[in-house]
Amino acid sequence: MDWPKFAYCYDGSFAGFLTCVFEAYANREEPVCFLTEGDGRVTLWPERTVEADQQKARRVYRSLDRSLGQQGRRLVSYGFLTCLEERELHLWDFLRLGYERGPAVVRDLTDPRVAALDRAVRHLTREAHLFKGFTRFSDQGGVLAGEIEPKNRVLPLLRPHFAARYPGEALALYDRTHREALFCQRGRWAILPLDQFSLAPPEGDELDWRKLWRRFYDTIAIEGRYNPKCRMTQMPKRYWGTMTEFQREEPPAAGAVRPT
Amino acid sequence: MDKLTILADGAKYDAACTSSGVDRRGGRGMGSTMAAGCCHSFSADGRCISLLKVLYTNRCIYDCAYCVNRRSNDLPRAAFTPRELAELTMGFYRRNYIEGLFLSSAVWVSPDRTTEEMISALTLLRQEYGFHGYIHAKAIPGADPALTARLGLLADRLSVNIELPSEDSLHKLCPDKGKKAILAPMAQIRDGIAQAKGELVKYRHAPRFAPAGQSTQMIIGATPESDRHILTLTQALYDRYRLKRVFFSAYMPVGTSPLLPARREFKPPLLREHRLYQADWLLRFYRFRAEELLDEAHPNFDTRVDPKCAWALGHMEFFPVEVNRADYESLLRVPGIGVVSARRILTARRVGPLTFSGLKTLGVVLKRAQYFITCSGRMLEGLRVSPDGVLRHLVALEKPALAGYEPEQLSLF
Repeated sequence: MDWPKFAYCYDGSFAGFLTCVFEAYANREEPVCFLTEGDGRVTLWPERTVEADQQKARRVYRSLDRSLGQQGRRLVSYGFLTCLEERELHLWDFLRLGYERGPAVVRDLTDPRVAALDRAVRHLTREAHLFKGFTRFSDQGGVLAGEIEPKNRVLPLLRPHFAARYPGEALALYDRTHREALFCQRGRWAILPLDQFSLAPPEGDELDWRKLWRRFYDTIAIEGRYNPKCRMTQMPKRYWGTMTEFQREEPPAAGAVRPT
Repeated sequence: MDKLTILADGAKYDAACTSSGVDRRGGRGMGSTMAAGCCHSFSADGRCISLLKVLYTNRCIYDCAYCVNRRSNDLPRAAFTPRELAELTMGFYRRNYIEGLFLSSAVWVSPDRTTEEMISALTLLRQEYGFHGYIHAKAIPGADPALTARLGLLADRLSVNIELPSEDSLHKLCPDKGKKAILAPMAQIRDGIAQAKGELVKYRHAPRFAPAGQSTQMIIGATPESDRHILTLTQALYDRYRLKRVFFSAYMPVGTSPLLPARREFKPPLLREHRLYQADWLLRFYRFRAEELLDEAHPNFDTRVDPKCAWALGHMEFFPVEVNRADYESLLRVPGIGVVSARRILTARRVGPLTFSGLKTLGVVLKRAQYFITCSGRMLEGLRVSPDGVLRHLVALEKPALAGYEPEQLSLF
């Protein structure tokens, strides 16, 4: 490809990325790296700053269905949520290939460009599925609140599940890794960036529920079949941090530390 | 809290803990289910915790030798009230601890009375608390068919435990239960499901009877049946009773009866259970038949390699399979290629011929498969095969995974 090479600077949103794709085709340029405002990288390529434009983004998004098929559109929009390194470049490569070859491109799983994206998307969906089970909520004044620490941005994938599961509840789920929170109430929802989120320490009923659950968890295991390796395969330790069954309530702070 | 401990303790030997088979979006109350099922946690023994698995009561009138809850066992006894159970389920469900409820029960007073109690608990949970999550209920053999039918309308999945793999053993170890009493509700549930499905086609709001099907479980290693006997029985249950799952549960030494293996020195046959599950998967997803896997000459599984490898080594004339031409079923017969890999191969080869490096990119694991496949007529370069060598290599591959089972393995050689 002999288009001039540029470094693209955008705001980090999906609409922003799609606008980059639009601009790249409109100006006949090839992006060689994508920068976002906060990532602090510098480049020697000429830079082009792209403002997210809903209109242009929508045009690109509509083209996905037509040129790549539903499967292809899914790969692109999920691919943007993955933790794949340089995911924008991988997406760009995939899009170039897709616009050239049409919907059949998603079947070419042996092509390294497709394979990389496909693997990342499978990682994402698998992680999202695990978090449907491993997320723990606690009741904080009537609101269900929870925290998770995923590698990929799973919140958009978890949203429909939890919305269907708790139709009558208000819930807040915080993603520590990407500093985003999902809020959901009576069919309305939002995913917002949020720098600070801390759960109030459990009290009253909530404490009892946690105790009950831990008791159940400890009781249900059969001693004669103790198999910690199998447990770790099924539920790696990185998930344990936010799960009730592995947390022990700290002693009340007032009693432990007393100012003298 | 003690009640929960006692009643969860009594239920823990039940193997089934799946929440799969039915997709339902939330209605007005609380809860949804998903077809793939969802594990919420894994206990220290590595088994999935998906459902709140408890007994309604552990007061039992029966005295089955292999069971912890038998009448003659000295245990603290307890029972839930419907409201306690509903509160507990809702509280856990709200916090996303569980996917639903697995309600089993010891037989208290009579099978009818026990089933009635379970029905009243589930009715309260479904109707007053508006719970739409997953419910797995145990049908009690010997209960009135009308009661079992009502139970099926409340639950997503029903199960009747077949307990032991043969009538003889059943007769010896649990004199109060009979094979007929167990198979009768199983047949009833099968017919109920078929009928409800038929009606659902005609009327959209027809009541759903156990939409996630039925399952059963049996205890392995307490009695002398061979693997072949167990697997043939399993296949018959799938064919004749249209079960969704058959669970195997390695016998844990909880009884002291002289009819059972002695308590001391007894190691639960976990590896055997594992091989049976592998074979069970072959029956359900790989289109194998029980007769192919085991015969008169080989009544038990080879503990060194998995059943599919064992079959492949005994049928070398079937191999090598040409990856670029073979149909789905033949691909599934290759050790190391599973349902996912086979599907991906089918998808990818529509674009162009596959090579060994292409297979790796696809995510197909070659360490077993390499001995049994060709790509465009060629084996993997630098690979020499003699049937003996393949066996040795496959055994070596399994070794690390079996490290934990060593003591039991030695006793078998």
